Amino acid sequence: MTAPVIVLLLVFLVAPIVMAAWVSLSNWNGIGSPFASDVSSVGLKNYQALLTDPGLPQQQLGESLRNNLYYVIFVVPVQTALALGLALAVSRKRLSGRGFFRTAYYFPSITSSVAVSVIFLYIFGSTGVVNAIISSLGAHGPNWFDDPSGVLQLLYSGLGVTQAPAALANHGFLGLPWWQWLAGPSVAMIALIVLAIWTTSGTFMLIFLPAIYAIPAELEEAAIMDGANTWQRFWRVTFPMLKPALFLVLTLGLIGTWQVFDQVYLISQGNPAGTTLTPAYLSYLTSFGNQQWGQGAAIAFILFAIIVVFTVLQRLVLKDRGATAGDRA
Amino acid sequence: MKGSRRLTAAAIAVSVVALTAACSSSGGFGSPSSTGSAAAATKPNSKPLTLMFGSSGPAETKAVDAAAAAFTKKSGIKVQVIPASDLQQQVAQGFAGNQPPDVFYLDTLTFQNYAKDGVLDPYAPTLPNASNFSPDLRDSFSYKGKFICAPKDASTLALYINTKDWQQAGLGAPPANWSQLEADAKKLTTAGRTGLVIDQNEAGIDEFLYQNGGTVQNSAGNVALDSPQNVQALTFLKSMLTSGIMKFPSQLNAGFSGQAFGENKAAMDVIGNWENGTLQTDYPNVKFKVVPLPAGPTGIHATLSFTNCWGVPKQSQNLGGALEFVKFLTTPQQEMTFAKAFGVIPSLEAAQAQYVQAYPQYAVFVQELKYAHPDIAIAGATQAEDAYNSALEQLASTSPATILKTAQQNLQAVVNSDK
Repeated sequence: MTAPVIVLLLVFLVAPIVMAAWVSLSNWNGIGSPFASDVSSVGLKNYQALLTDPGLPQQQLGESLRNNLYYVIFVVPVQTALALGLALAVSRKRLSGRGFFRTAYYFPSITSSVAVSVIFLYIFGSTGVVNAIISSLGAHGPNWFDDPSGVLQLLYSGLGVTQAPAALANHGFLGLPWWQWLAGPSVAMIALIVLAIWTTSGTFMLIFLPAIYAIPAELEEAAIMDGANTWQRFWRVTFPMLKPALFLVLTLGLIGTWQVFDQVYLISQGNPAGTTLTPAYLSYLTSFGNQQWGQGAAIAFILFAIIVVFTVLQRLVLKDRGATAGDRA
Repeated sequence: MKGSRRLTAAAIAVSVVALTAACSSSGGFGSPSSTGSAAAATKPNSKPLTLMFGSSGPAETKAVDAAAAAFTKKSGIKVQVIPASDLQQQVAQGFAGNQPPDVFYLDTLTFQNYAKDGVLDPYAPTLPNASNFSPDLRDSFSYKGKFICAPKDASTLALYINTKDWQQAGLGAPPANWSQLEADAKKLTTAGRTGLVIDQNEAGIDEFLYQNGGTVQNSAGNVALDSPQNVQALTFLKSMLTSGIMKFPSQLNAGFSGQAFGENKAAMDVIGNWENGTLQTDYPNVKFKVVPLPAGPTGIHATLSFTNCWGVPKQSQNLGGALEFVKFLTTPQQEMTFAKAFGVIPSLEAAQAQYVQAYPQYAVFVQELKYAHPDIAIAGATQAEDAYNSALEQLASTSPATILKTAQQNLQAVVNSDK
């Protein structure tokens, strides 16, 4: 019984991973099988070009990691909070037309990402809806997809810091000065962040909903009997009960956001000024654009390592919080 | 852990290719790629050919289908025509699986990558019309001095002028040099319209470097971007940008300069002959004329040329048949058929002469070929070029010297790694 399953796993899961791992250590040029006799190992050279050798590959990896890190930092908490809020809202028993709202919130998730991306190109165009709203409020909207300035840097200049302090400008990590690391997501990236939040919150709402329905009504009644107000009931009863769902949403959110590819491919291709470059897109560009398959695969494995680290970290943090909450109760 | 099993989209893409390779390579895992010796395989056999191309639209697809059918009728070799949705990726997958298409469209940059890997059949000098291709097109498809594959078409940049705007501004002869271009752009700029639009990448900007006596790559193959001439040329463009008489398409909410020109958000546009198709289908009411690009301050004429070739892999199972097919496709007669069907400019000088007669209004594109420089193409430089393009986008807010210095370093690093 298990033999066919193992074969399937080997062919479609283990073999591709092993092959990709080998490609990341080889000089395969995309011609013929990567296991052919004319393909040889280059050791860690592909990884060195990305991580230690100064140059464009290292700098672009640094840029893509910076961009994606800000993307994750902005998208994951907001989409999780929004999904939870939406789930709580549509699970209220008194709400009429719950089915309608559930469908409406879920709709962006089932729309094709190509269609959504194209619509966002128009919405955030320099004369698009967003800028029309901004200008009706008397302000002047930015040229969204062409503005590479970091929002945090805009904030610093608002506070009077327009020049990078020498310590931050002259030192850096992965070929990128610290000042660039601290620039925040670019205005263009903000549009992609909004898009991601809009499309995924509905999906995650769907994960929270059954978890909310699964909370026994007796618990809430008991809390009311104990004199807990709405706020306390949420934080002390509902929220702890949702922890498994929260873990799932955060994990899926982290993985999904670190892998962002389709919106970048469709909307910005890493522009403007490389501020929407992400590791997944960079891997594609390196492999298919530059025919540097080894380096492309190496980027994928670096990304893989980052995702594993973040997931483990998040698991530890959630476990910790769970223990203290349990102590207090 | 559930998540850790999921690789990134890119990793999956890479491994799918790897898997395809493993599944389709005839000898299974570890078999050396089968590259038949060129000499033995040059006789055509009856194996059907595949032709993969990126189509500009139904007209091109129909014309290529018809050419394939005509070849089959003549030679008895069947041809399967595959319009690719992402040509570069699909050809790459073919090579990875040891089954590349027998004939395919190949752009100049990807050509460099494949030529470096030595997977292309260097058939071009054996064609009967080999010496009839324009010299700059031959250069585009030569690797280390060897002419490899036959250019299938030619495009050059020219200046498109909206004739209605031009008359309203009371202007006379088209601009012959930079200062006239600047003066005309200034007069053509109104509240809702800019004088000139150019594309915000090297393919829209590098011709100005050549016009100013600069160059992108010197004859030794080294990058020569950070020259004073180039800095001066970019500074000229920057001054037009900052004064608002020239704009980039993104500032005009357009995807490319031709769209801004079609929507009359700009009165002049530096763009290639592909704009003719855009204007015909999307903006049929725009009245325009095409003139040569203005010369630089010292009178140097220059433009960029763009082209594709008919790529043929060495490992084709019917190499002889593929070469017969390319021979058929690169006759003046067939090139003119393509020109009539979907507007491309022939690569053969004999066919160009016919083209100029048939389309005198577009003769300028052919005339400009004599001082055209091939668009930059360096093996492995896709990302370095992207970085250069990204920097050019920010021209209005960056120093030209910095842009050129950084691009020089990045591109030269790629050249060095190839030595």
